[in-house]
Amino acid sequence: MTTKDSNFKRPDGRKLDELREFEAKVGIIPNADGSAMYRSGDTIAIAAVYGPKKMHPQHSQNPEKGTLRCTYNMNSFSVSERIRPGPSRRSTEISKITEWALEPVLMLEKFPNMVVDIHINIIQADAGTRCAGINAAAMALAHAGIPMRDMVSSVSVGKLDKTIVVDLSKEEEDYEEGEGPTDIPISMTHSGNITHFQLDGKIEPKQLMEAIEMAKKACEKIYEVQKKALKDSINMEDTD
Amino acid sequence: MGGDEIEITPEVTAERIRKYLEQEKRFDGRKLDEFRDIIIEEDVSKKAEGSVRVKLGKTEVLVGIKMDVAAPYPDPPNKGNLMVTAEFLPLSSSRIELGPPKFDSIEVGRIIDRGIRESKLIDLEKLCIIEGEKVWTVFIDIYTINDDGNILDAAGIGAVAALKLAKIPKYDTEKKKVLYGEYEGKMPLRKMNPFAITVHKIGKHLILDPTREEEDVSETRITVGSSDGVIYSLQKGNSSYFSVEEIEESFKIVEKAWKELFKKVEAQLK
Repeated sequence: MTTKDSNFKRPDGRKLDELREFEAKVGIIPNADGSAMYRSGDTIAIAAVYGPKKMHPQHSQNPEKGTLRCTYNMNSFSVSERIRPGPSRRSTEISKITEWALEPVLMLEKFPNMVVDIHINIIQADAGTRCAGINAAAMALAHAGIPMRDMVSSVSVGKLDKTIVVDLSKEEEDYEEGEGPTDIPISMTHSGNITHFQLDGKIEPKQLMEAIEMAKKACEKIYEVQKKALKDSINMEDTD
Repeated sequence: MGGDEIEITPEVTAERIRKYLEQEKRFDGRKLDEFRDIIIEEDVSKKAEGSVRVKLGKTEVLVGIKMDVAAPYPDPPNKGNLMVTAEFLPLSSSRIELGPPKFDSIEVGRIIDRGIRESKLIDLEKLCIIEGEKVWTVFIDIYTINDDGNILDAAGIGAVAALKLAKIPKYDTEKKKVLYGEYEGKMPLRKMNPFAITVHKIGKHLILDPTREEEDVSETRITVGSSDGVIYSLQKGNSSYFSVEEIEESFKIVEKAWKELFKKVEAQLK
Protein backbone atom coordinates (compact mmCIF):
# COMPACT_ATOMS: atom_id res chain seq x y z
CA MET A 1 0.00 0.00 0.00
CA THR A 2 2.50 2.56 1.17
CA THR A 3 5.59 3.77 -0.61
CA LYS A 4 8.25 1.15 -0.12
CA ASP A 5 11.83 2.26 -0.32
CA SER A 6 14.00 -0.51 1.03
CA ASN A 7 17.11 1.70 0.91
CA PHE A 8 15.68 4.33 3.18
CA LYS A 9 16.96 4.20 6.76
CA ARG A 10 15.29 6.18 9.50
CA PRO A 11 17.74 7.87 11.89
CA ASP A 12 16.48 5.86 14.85
CA GLY A 13 16.24 2.61 12.87
CA ARG A 14 12.43 2.42 12.93
CA LYS A 15 10.44 0.77 10.15
CA LEU A 16 8.62 3.18 7.84
CA ASP A 17 5.24 2.46 9.44
CA GLU A 18 6.55 2.09 12.98
CA LEU A 19 5.42 4.53 15.65
CA ARG A 20 7.83 5.70 18.31
CA GLU A 21 7.53 3.87 21.61
CA PHE A 22 4.38 5.39 23.06
CA GLU A 23 2.23 5.22 26.15
CA ALA A 24 -0.95 6.71 27.52
CA LYS A 25 -2.15 7.25 31.03
CA VAL A 26 -5.51 8.47 32.25
CA GLY A 27 -6.23 10.23 35.54
CA ILE A 28 -3.02 12.11 36.23
CA ILE A 29 -4.38 15.38 37.64
CA PRO A 30 -6.63 14.83 40.67
CA ASN A 31 -8.22 18.30 40.59
CA ALA A 32 -9.40 17.99 37.00
CA ASP A 33 -12.72 16.49 35.91
CA GLY A 34 -10.74 14.43 33.43
CA SER A 35 -7.05 14.20 32.64
CA ALA A 36 -4.55 12.22 30.63
CA MET A 37 -0.97 11.98 29.50
CA TYR A 38 0.23 10.87 26.08
CA ARG A 39 3.88 10.24 25.33
CA SER A 40 5.39 9.43 21.95
CA GLY A 41 9.15 9.01 22.13
CA ASP A 42 10.46 12.15 23.79
CA THR A 43 7.29 14.17 23.23
CA ILE A 44 5.13 14.38 26.33
CA ALA A 45 1.72 16.05 26.46
CA ILE A 46 -0.66 16.31 29.38
CA ALA A 47 -4.26 17.44 29.18
CA ALA A 48 -6.89 18.35 31.76
CA VAL A 49 -10.61 18.88 31.26
CA TYR A 50 -12.64 21.18 33.49
CA GLY A 51 -16.39 21.23 32.96
CA PRO A 52 -18.97 21.28 31.63
CA LYS A 53 -19.45 24.43 33.67
CA LYS A 54 -21.44 27.58 33.19
CA MET A 55 -19.96 29.85 30.52
CA HIS A 56 -18.87 33.29 31.69
CA PRO A 57 -19.38 36.00 30.59
CA GLN A 58 -23.03 35.36 29.93
CA HIS A 59 -23.01 36.91 26.45
CA SER A 60 -20.58 34.19 25.35
CA GLN A 61 -23.13 31.50 26.14
CA ASN A 62 -24.58 29.51 23.29
CA PRO A 63 -28.16 28.41 24.11
CA GLU A 64 -28.06 25.71 21.41
CA LYS A 65 -25.00 23.79 22.48
CA GLY A 66 -22.04 23.81 24.77
CA THR A 67 -18.75 25.40 23.80
CA LEU A 68 -15.44 23.58 23.62
CA ARG A 69 -12.53 25.79 24.59
CA CYS A 70 -9.00 24.55 24.21
CA THR A 71 -5.67 26.04 25.15
CA TYR A 72 -2.42 24.54 23.93
CA ASN A 73 0.67 25.70 25.72
CA MET A 74 4.32 24.74 25.52
CA ASN A 75 6.40 25.01 28.64
CA SER A 76 9.29 27.41 28.09
CA PHE A 77 11.77 24.66 28.90
CA SER A 78 10.18 22.00 26.69
CA VAL A 79 12.53 22.80 23.78
CA SER A 80 16.28 23.35 23.43
CA GLU A 81 16.05 27.10 22.85
CA ARG A 82 13.77 28.51 25.51
CA ILE A 83 10.49 29.83 24.13
CA ARG A 84 8.86 32.90 25.55
CA PRO A 85 6.05 31.91 27.91
CA GLY A 86 2.52 32.90 26.96
CA PRO A 87 0.41 32.60 23.83
CA SER A 88 1.92 32.98 20.35
CA ARG A 89 0.42 32.92 16.87
CA ARG A 90 1.46 29.29 16.62
CA SER A 91 -0.09 28.23 19.91
CA THR A 92 -3.28 30.18 19.15
CA GLU A 93 -3.64 28.26 15.91
CA ILE A 94 -2.91 24.88 17.47
CA SER A 95 -5.48 25.56 20.20
CA LYS A 96 -8.14 26.17 17.56
CA ILE A 97 -7.05 23.19 15.44
CA THR A 98 -7.39 21.01 18.53
CA GLU A 99 -10.93 22.26 19.17
CA TRP A 100 -11.83 21.48 15.57
CA ALA A 101 -10.23 18.03 15.80
CA LEU A 102 -12.25 17.06 18.86
CA GLU A 103 -15.58 18.86 18.51
CA PRO A 104 -17.06 16.56 15.83
CA VAL A 105 -17.16 13.63 18.29
CA LEU A 106 -18.51 15.54 21.29
CA MET A 107 -22.22 15.68 22.05
CA LEU A 108 -22.08 19.31 23.09
CA GLU A 109 -25.78 19.77 22.31
CA LYS A 110 -26.40 18.20 25.72
CA PHE A 111 -24.80 21.19 27.45
CA PRO A 112 -26.37 24.46 26.29
CA ASN A 113 -24.86 27.59 27.82
CA MET A 114 -21.99 25.58 29.23
CA VAL A 115 -18.32 25.40 28.42
CA VAL A 116 -15.86 22.53 28.47
CA ASP A 117 -12.29 23.69 28.97
CA ILE A 118 -9.33 21.58 27.86
CA HIS A 119 -5.87 22.69 28.87
CA ILE A 120 -2.97 21.03 27.09
CA ASN A 121 0.57 21.39 28.30
CA ILE A 122 3.65 20.21 26.47
CA ILE A 123 6.24 19.21 29.02
CA GLN A 124 8.86 17.94 26.62
CA ALA A 125 8.87 18.42 22.86
CA ASP A 126 10.42 16.24 20.19
CA ALA A 127 8.04 16.86 17.26
CA GLY A 128 4.42 15.87 17.00
CA THR A 129 3.31 17.94 19.98
CA ARG A 130 -0.09 18.93 18.54
CA CYS A 131 -0.88 15.27 17.82
CA ALA A 132 0.24 14.18 21.28
CA GLY A 133 -1.89 16.99 22.74
CA ILE A 134 -4.96 15.87 20.79
CA ASN A 135 -4.46 12.24 21.86
CA ALA A 136 -4.19 13.27 25.50
CA ALA A 137 -7.15 15.66 25.24
CA ALA A 138 -9.42 13.03 23.64
CA MET A 139 -8.71 10.67 26.54
CA ALA A 140 -9.18 13.43 29.11
CA LEU A 141 -12.61 14.25 27.62
CA ALA A 142 -13.68 10.61 27.86
CA HIS A 143 -12.29 10.43 31.39
CA ALA A 144 -14.34 13.51 32.33
CA GLY A 145 -17.45 11.67 31.16
CA ILE A 146 -18.29 14.09 28.35
CA PRO A 147 -20.62 12.12 26.02
CA MET A 148 -18.72 11.23 22.86
CA ARG A 149 -19.80 9.60 19.60
CA ASP A 150 -16.33 8.30 18.85
CA MET A 151 -12.69 8.56 19.88
CA VAL A 152 -10.12 10.76 18.15
CA SER A 153 -6.54 9.64 17.53
CA SER A 154 -3.83 11.74 16.00
CA VAL A 155 -0.49 11.14 14.35
CA SER A 156 1.99 13.02 12.25
CA VAL A 157 2.90 11.34 8.98
CA GLY A 158 5.83 12.66 7.03
CA LYS A 159 7.58 12.46 3.73
CA LEU A 160 11.36 12.40 4.07
CA ASP A 161 12.79 13.11 0.63
CA LYS A 162 10.48 10.71 -1.28
CA THR A 163 9.61 8.19 1.42
CA ILE A 164 6.48 8.23 3.58
CA VAL A 165 7.09 7.49 7.25
CA VAL A 166 4.93 7.69 10.35
CA ASP A 167 5.34 9.65 13.61
CA LEU A 168 8.25 11.97 12.84
CA SER A 169 10.84 12.70 15.48
CA LYS A 170 12.45 16.14 15.71
CA GLU A 171 15.55 14.80 13.99
CA GLU A 172 13.38 13.61 11.09
CA GLU A 173 11.43 16.85 11.00
CA ASP A 174 14.74 18.62 10.35
CA TYR A 175 15.71 16.15 7.59
CA GLU A 176 17.52 18.04 4.87
CA GLU A 177 18.36 15.63 2.07
CA GLY A 178 16.60 15.46 -1.29
CA GLU A 179 13.16 16.99 -1.14
CA GLY A 180 13.52 17.51 2.62
CA PRO A 181 10.74 16.87 5.11
CA THR A 182 7.00 17.22 4.62
CA ASP A 183 5.10 17.22 7.88
CA ILE A 184 1.48 16.01 7.75
CA PRO A 185 -0.35 15.90 11.09
CA ILE A 186 -3.69 14.10 10.80
CA SER A 187 -6.42 13.30 13.33
CA MET A 188 -9.10 10.73 12.72
CA THR A 189 -12.12 9.30 14.41
CA HIS A 190 -12.06 5.56 14.99
CA SER A 191 -14.60 5.25 12.17
CA GLY A 192 -12.05 6.78 9.81
CA ASN A 193 -13.28 10.34 9.30
CA ILE A 194 -10.70 13.12 9.19
CA THR A 195 -11.22 15.85 11.78
CA HIS A 196 -7.81 17.52 11.52
CA PHE A 197 -5.43 17.73 8.60
CA GLN A 198 -2.45 19.99 8.02
CA LEU A 199 0.60 19.90 5.80
CA ASP A 200 3.84 21.77 5.33
CA GLY A 201 6.29 20.75 2.64
CA LYS A 202 5.95 19.33 -0.83
CA ILE A 203 3.91 16.36 -2.01
CA GLU A 204 1.76 15.16 -4.88
CA PRO A 205 -1.89 14.28 -4.26
CA LYS A 206 -1.41 10.58 -5.07
CA GLN A 207 1.31 10.14 -2.47
CA LEU A 208 -0.68 12.20 -0.01
CA MET A 209 -3.48 9.63 -0.27
CA GLU A 210 -0.92 6.96 0.68
CA ALA A 211 0.10 9.07 3.64
CA ILE A 212 -3.53 9.24 4.79
CA GLU A 213 -3.76 5.47 4.55
CA MET A 214 -0.63 5.13 6.70
CA ALA A 215 -2.03 7.59 9.24
CA LYS A 216 -5.22 5.55 9.43
CA LYS A 217 -3.32 2.41 10.37
CA ALA A 218 -1.23 4.26 12.94
CA CYS A 219 -4.36 5.84 14.46
CA GLU A 220 -5.83 2.37 14.95
CA LYS A 221 -2.80 1.40 17.04
CA ILE A 222 -3.01 4.62 19.05
CA TYR A 223 -6.75 4.07 19.56
CA GLU A 224 -6.10 0.67 21.16
CA VAL A 225 -3.67 2.23 23.63
CA GLN A 226 -6.07 5.10 24.42
CA LYS A 227 -8.87 2.62 25.01
CA LYS A 228 -6.72 0.49 27.26
CA ALA A 229 -5.59 3.51 29.30
CA LEU A 230 -9.21 4.51 29.83
CA LYS A 231 -10.20 1.00 30.89
CA ASP A 232 -7.23 0.79 33.25
CA SER A 233 -8.25 4.07 34.91
CA ILE A 234 -11.71 2.67 35.67
CA ASN A 235 -10.27 -0.51 37.16
CA MET A 236 -7.95 1.56 39.33
CA GLU A 237 -10.81 3.63 40.65
CA ASP A 238 -12.83 0.49 41.35
CA THR A 239 -10.20 -0.93 43.61
CA ASP A 240 -9.78 2.33 45.54
CA MET B 1 -18.58 30.15 14.50
CA GLY B 2 -17.40 31.35 17.86
CA GLY B 3 -20.07 31.52 20.52
CA ASP B 4 -19.84 35.28 20.87
CA GLU B 5 -20.27 36.07 17.18
CA ILE B 6 -23.53 37.33 15.83
CA GLU B 7 -24.98 34.94 13.32
CA ILE B 8 -26.22 37.01 10.45
CA THR B 9 -27.22 34.46 7.82
CA PRO B 10 -30.68 33.34 8.97
CA GLU B 11 -31.63 29.69 9.07
CA VAL B 12 -34.17 30.08 6.23
CA THR B 13 -31.39 31.27 3.93
CA ALA B 14 -29.12 28.47 5.09
CA GLU B 15 -31.89 25.97 4.37
CA ARG B 16 -32.35 27.41 0.90
CA ILE B 17 -28.62 27.26 0.16
CA ARG B 18 -28.60 23.56 1.09
CA LYS B 19 -31.72 22.87 -1.01
CA TYR B 20 -30.22 24.59 -4.05
CA LEU B 21 -27.04 22.56 -3.69
CA GLU B 22 -29.12 19.38 -3.88
CA GLN B 23 -29.81 20.45 -7.48
CA GLU B 24 -26.18 21.56 -7.97
CA LYS B 25 -27.28 25.20 -7.97
CA ARG B 26 -26.08 28.35 -6.22
CA PHE B 27 -27.82 31.69 -5.67
CA ASP B 28 -25.53 33.50 -8.12
CA GLY B 29 -25.83 30.85 -10.82
CA ARG B 30 -22.29 29.55 -10.48
CA LYS B 31 -21.28 25.93 -10.74
CA LEU B 32 -20.18 24.33 -7.47
CA ASP B 33 -16.50 24.46 -8.45
CA GLU B 34 -16.58 27.88 -10.07
CA PHE B 35 -14.84 31.00 -8.76
CA ARG B 36 -16.42 34.43 -8.94
CA ASP B 37 -14.90 36.94 -11.36
CA ILE B 38 -11.45 37.92 -10.26
CA ILE B 39 -10.03 41.38 -10.79
CA ILE B 40 -6.47 42.32 -9.89
CA GLU B 41 -5.46 45.97 -9.77
CA GLU B 42 -1.78 46.80 -9.54
CA ASP B 43 0.08 49.35 -7.43
CA VAL B 44 -2.56 50.50 -4.98
CA SER B 45 0.15 52.17 -2.89
CA LYS B 46 3.16 53.95 -4.32
CA LYS B 47 4.95 53.57 -1.00
CA ALA B 48 4.80 49.80 -1.06
CA GLU B 49 7.48 47.74 -2.77
CA GLY B 50 4.63 45.97 -4.53
CA SER B 51 0.89 46.03 -3.98
CA VAL B 52 -2.39 44.82 -5.40
CA ARG B 53 -6.10 45.00 -4.90
CA VAL B 54 -7.87 41.69 -5.44
CA LYS B 55 -11.59 41.52 -6.02
CA LEU B 56 -13.34 38.19 -5.93
CA GLY B 57 -16.90 39.14 -6.72
CA LYS B 58 -17.77 41.58 -3.94
CA THR B 59 -14.94 40.41 -1.71
CA GLU B 60 -12.02 42.78 -1.76
CA VAL B 61 -8.57 42.69 -0.14
CA LEU B 62 -5.43 44.80 -0.40
CA VAL B 63 -2.04 43.16 -0.21
CA GLY B 64 1.17 45.17 0.08
CA ILE B 65 4.83 44.19 0.28
CA LYS B 66 7.25 46.20 2.42
CA MET B 67 10.90 45.40 2.93
CA ASP B 68 13.38 46.29 5.61
CA VAL B 69 16.87 45.29 6.62
CA ALA B 70 17.30 43.28 9.80
CA ALA B 71 19.50 40.67 11.38
CA PRO B 72 18.83 37.13 10.10
CA TYR B 73 17.72 34.36 12.36
CA PRO B 74 20.78 32.41 13.54
CA ASP B 75 19.54 29.41 11.59
CA PRO B 76 20.03 29.94 8.66
CA PRO B 77 22.23 33.08 8.74
CA ASN B 78 22.17 33.61 4.96
CA LYS B 79 18.44 33.83 4.28
CA GLY B 80 16.03 36.71 4.22
CA ASN B 81 13.05 36.73 6.58
CA LEU B 82 9.37 36.47 5.73
CA MET B 83 6.47 37.87 7.79
CA VAL B 84 2.85 37.60 6.77
CA THR B 85 0.09 39.33 8.69
CA ALA B 86 -3.58 39.80 7.95
CA GLU B 87 -5.85 42.40 9.43
CA PHE B 88 -9.61 42.18 9.24
CA LEU B 89 -10.60 45.82 9.17
CA PRO B 90 -13.84 46.85 10.87
CA LEU B 91 -14.64 48.85 7.73
CA SER B 92 -14.95 45.65 5.73
CA SER B 93 -17.89 44.15 7.58
CA SER B 94 -20.32 44.96 10.37
CA ARG B 95 -19.28 41.79 12.15
CA ILE B 96 -15.69 42.79 12.66
CA GLU B 97 -15.04 44.58 15.90
CA LEU B 98 -12.13 46.73 16.95
CA GLY B 99 -9.55 45.17 19.19
CA PRO B 100 -6.64 42.80 19.21
CA PRO B 101 -6.38 40.33 16.29
CA LYS B 102 -8.96 37.58 16.40
CA PHE B 103 -8.27 34.03 15.40
CA ASP B 104 -9.55 34.43 11.80
CA SER B 105 -6.92 36.98 10.90
CA ILE B 106 -4.12 35.05 12.62
CA GLU B 107 -5.13 31.95 10.67
CA VAL B 108 -5.20 33.74 7.32
CA GLY B 109 -1.72 35.15 7.99
CA ARG B 110 -0.34 31.77 8.95
CA ILE B 111 -1.89 29.83 6.07
CA ILE B 112 -0.63 32.31 3.47
CA ASP B 113 2.78 32.41 5.16
CA ARG B 114 3.15 28.64 5.02
CA GLY B 115 2.09 28.37 1.36
CA ILE B 116 4.70 30.91 0.31
CA ARG B 117 7.41 29.65 2.66
CA GLU B 118 7.02 25.95 1.93
CA SER B 119 6.79 26.37 -1.84
CA LYS B 120 10.01 28.43 -1.68
CA LEU B 121 8.42 30.93 -4.06
CA ILE B 122 10.79 33.61 -2.76
CA ASP B 123 14.48 32.79 -3.15
CA LEU B 124 15.31 33.95 0.37
CA GLU B 125 19.03 33.25 -0.06
CA LYS B 126 19.18 36.04 -2.60
CA LEU B 127 17.88 38.41 0.06
CA CYS B 128 21.05 38.14 2.12
CA ILE B 129 23.13 41.32 2.26
CA ILE B 130 25.89 40.31 4.69
CA GLU B 131 25.79 36.73 5.95
CA GLY B 132 24.97 36.51 9.63
CA GLU B 133 24.52 40.27 9.89
CA LYS B 134 22.11 41.80 7.42
CA VAL B 135 19.30 40.33 5.40
CA TRP B 136 16.09 41.66 3.91
CA THR B 137 12.83 40.98 5.69
CA VAL B 138 9.83 40.69 3.37
CA PHE B 139 6.59 41.81 5.00
CA ILE B 140 3.40 40.72 3.30
CA ASP B 141 0.48 42.60 4.83
CA ILE B 142 -3.11 41.78 4.01
CA TYR B 143 -6.07 44.07 4.70
CA THR B 144 -9.71 43.24 4.15
CA ILE B 145 -11.76 45.96 2.44
CA ASN B 146 -15.02 44.13 1.86
CA ASP B 147 -15.78 40.70 3.25
CA ASP B 148 -18.24 38.80 1.09
CA GLY B 149 -16.68 35.43 1.83
CA ASN B 150 -13.46 33.64 0.92
CA ILE B 151 -11.05 36.31 2.14
CA LEU B 152 -8.51 33.51 2.47
CA ASP B 153 -8.23 32.65 -1.24
CA ALA B 154 -8.35 36.31 -2.28
CA ALA B 155 -5.49 37.06 0.14
CA GLY B 156 -3.41 34.17 -1.19
CA ILE B 157 -3.82 35.26 -4.81
CA GLY B 158 -3.02 38.83 -3.73
CA ALA B 159 0.14 37.78 -1.92
CA VAL B 160 1.52 35.92 -4.96
CA ALA B 161 0.54 38.77 -7.32
CA ALA B 162 2.03 41.48 -5.08
CA LEU B 163 5.30 39.54 -4.79
CA LYS B 164 5.51 39.34 -8.58
CA LEU B 165 5.30 43.11 -8.78
CA ALA B 166 7.65 43.81 -5.88
CA LYS B 167 11.03 45.48 -6.27
CA ILE B 168 13.92 45.55 -3.80
CA PRO B 169 14.79 49.03 -2.50
CA LYS B 170 18.38 50.29 -2.59
CA TYR B 171 20.37 49.85 0.58
CA ASP B 172 23.16 52.21 1.59
CA THR B 173 25.63 49.93 3.39
CA GLU B 174 27.72 52.83 4.72
CA LYS B 175 24.89 54.81 6.23
CA LYS B 176 23.04 51.58 7.05
CA LYS B 177 19.91 52.99 5.56
CA VAL B 178 17.22 51.71 3.23
CA LEU B 179 16.66 54.19 0.39
CA TYR B 180 12.95 53.73 -0.05
CA GLY B 181 11.66 54.82 -3.43
CA GLU B 182 14.90 53.88 -5.20
CA TYR B 183 15.10 50.32 -6.40
CA GLU B 184 17.89 47.99 -7.32
CA GLY B 185 16.16 44.89 -8.57
CA LYS B 186 13.13 42.66 -8.65
CA MET B 187 11.96 40.33 -5.93
CA PRO B 188 13.81 37.03 -6.52
CA LEU B 189 11.00 34.58 -7.27
CA ARG B 190 10.92 31.06 -8.56
CA LYS B 191 8.60 30.20 -11.45
CA MET B 192 5.52 29.05 -9.59
CA ASN B 193 2.15 30.22 -8.32
CA PRO B 194 1.36 28.72 -4.93
CA PHE B 195 -2.26 29.90 -4.63
CA ALA B 196 -4.21 28.80 -1.59
CA ILE B 197 -7.51 27.31 -2.71
CA THR B 198 -10.20 26.39 -0.20
CA VAL B 199 -12.82 23.69 -0.66
CA HIS B 200 -15.90 24.02 1.57
CA LYS B 201 -18.22 21.21 2.57
CA ILE B 202 -21.94 21.87 2.85
CA GLY B 203 -23.88 18.68 3.49
CA LYS B 204 -22.52 16.24 0.94
CA HIS B 205 -21.44 18.98 -1.45
CA LEU B 206 -18.00 20.39 -2.02
CA ILE B 207 -17.92 23.99 -3.26
CA LEU B 208 -15.34 26.63 -4.10
CA ASP B 209 -15.20 30.36 -3.43
CA PRO B 210 -18.18 30.71 -1.06
CA THR B 211 -20.00 34.00 -0.64
CA ARG B 212 -20.48 35.31 2.92
CA GLU B 213 -23.78 33.42 3.24
CA GLU B 214 -22.35 30.20 1.87
CA GLU B 215 -19.31 30.48 4.11
CA ASP B 216 -21.64 30.80 7.11
CA VAL B 217 -23.36 27.56 6.12
CA SER B 218 -20.06 25.75 5.42
CA GLU B 219 -19.53 22.91 7.88
CA THR B 220 -15.84 22.43 7.30
CA ARG B 221 -13.15 23.44 4.82
CA ILE B 222 -9.77 22.46 3.54
CA THR B 223 -7.27 24.97 2.19
CA VAL B 224 -4.65 23.59 -0.20
CA GLY B 225 -1.62 25.65 -1.19
CA SER B 226 -0.35 24.20 -4.46
CA SER B 227 1.37 25.02 -7.72
CA ASP B 228 1.46 22.91 -10.91
CA GLY B 229 -0.13 19.90 -9.19
CA VAL B 230 2.27 19.81 -6.22
CA ILE B 231 0.91 20.50 -2.74
CA TYR B 232 3.03 22.62 -0.38
CA SER B 233 0.67 23.44 2.46
CA LEU B 234 -2.67 22.32 3.67
CA GLN B 235 -5.02 23.06 6.49
CA LYS B 236 -8.41 21.73 7.43
CA GLY B 237 -10.51 24.30 9.24
CA ASN B 238 -13.65 24.23 11.35
CA SER B 239 -15.41 21.45 13.17
CA SER B 240 -17.05 18.55 11.35
CA TYR B 241 -15.06 16.13 9.27
CA PHE B 242 -14.07 15.03 5.77
CA SER B 243 -14.15 11.41 4.67
CA VAL B 244 -11.01 10.14 2.94
CA GLU B 245 -12.98 10.09 -0.36
CA GLU B 246 -14.00 13.73 0.07
CA ILE B 247 -10.37 14.69 0.62
CA GLU B 248 -9.37 12.92 -2.59
CA GLU B 249 -12.18 14.69 -4.46
CA SER B 250 -11.04 18.02 -2.99
CA PHE B 251 -7.55 17.57 -4.41
CA LYS B 252 -9.06 17.11 -7.88
CA ILE B 253 -11.26 20.18 -7.50
CA VAL B 254 -8.26 22.24 -6.36
CA GLU B 255 -6.07 21.08 -9.23
CA LYS B 256 -8.68 22.10 -11.79
CA ALA B 257 -9.41 25.43 -10.13
CA TRP B 258 -5.70 26.25 -9.86
CA LYS B 259 -5.29 25.95 -13.63
CA GLU B 260 -8.17 28.33 -14.25
CA LEU B 261 -6.98 30.82 -11.64
CA PHE B 262 -3.45 30.71 -13.02
CA LYS B 263 -4.69 31.72 -16.48
CA LYS B 264 -6.77 34.58 -15.08
CA VAL B 265 -4.01 35.94 -12.86
CA GLU B 266 -1.35 35.68 -15.59
CA ALA B 267 -3.59 37.50 -18.06
CA GLN B 268 -4.12 40.41 -15.68
CA LEU B 269 -0.56 40.90 -14.52
CA LYS B 270 0.69 41.84 -17.99
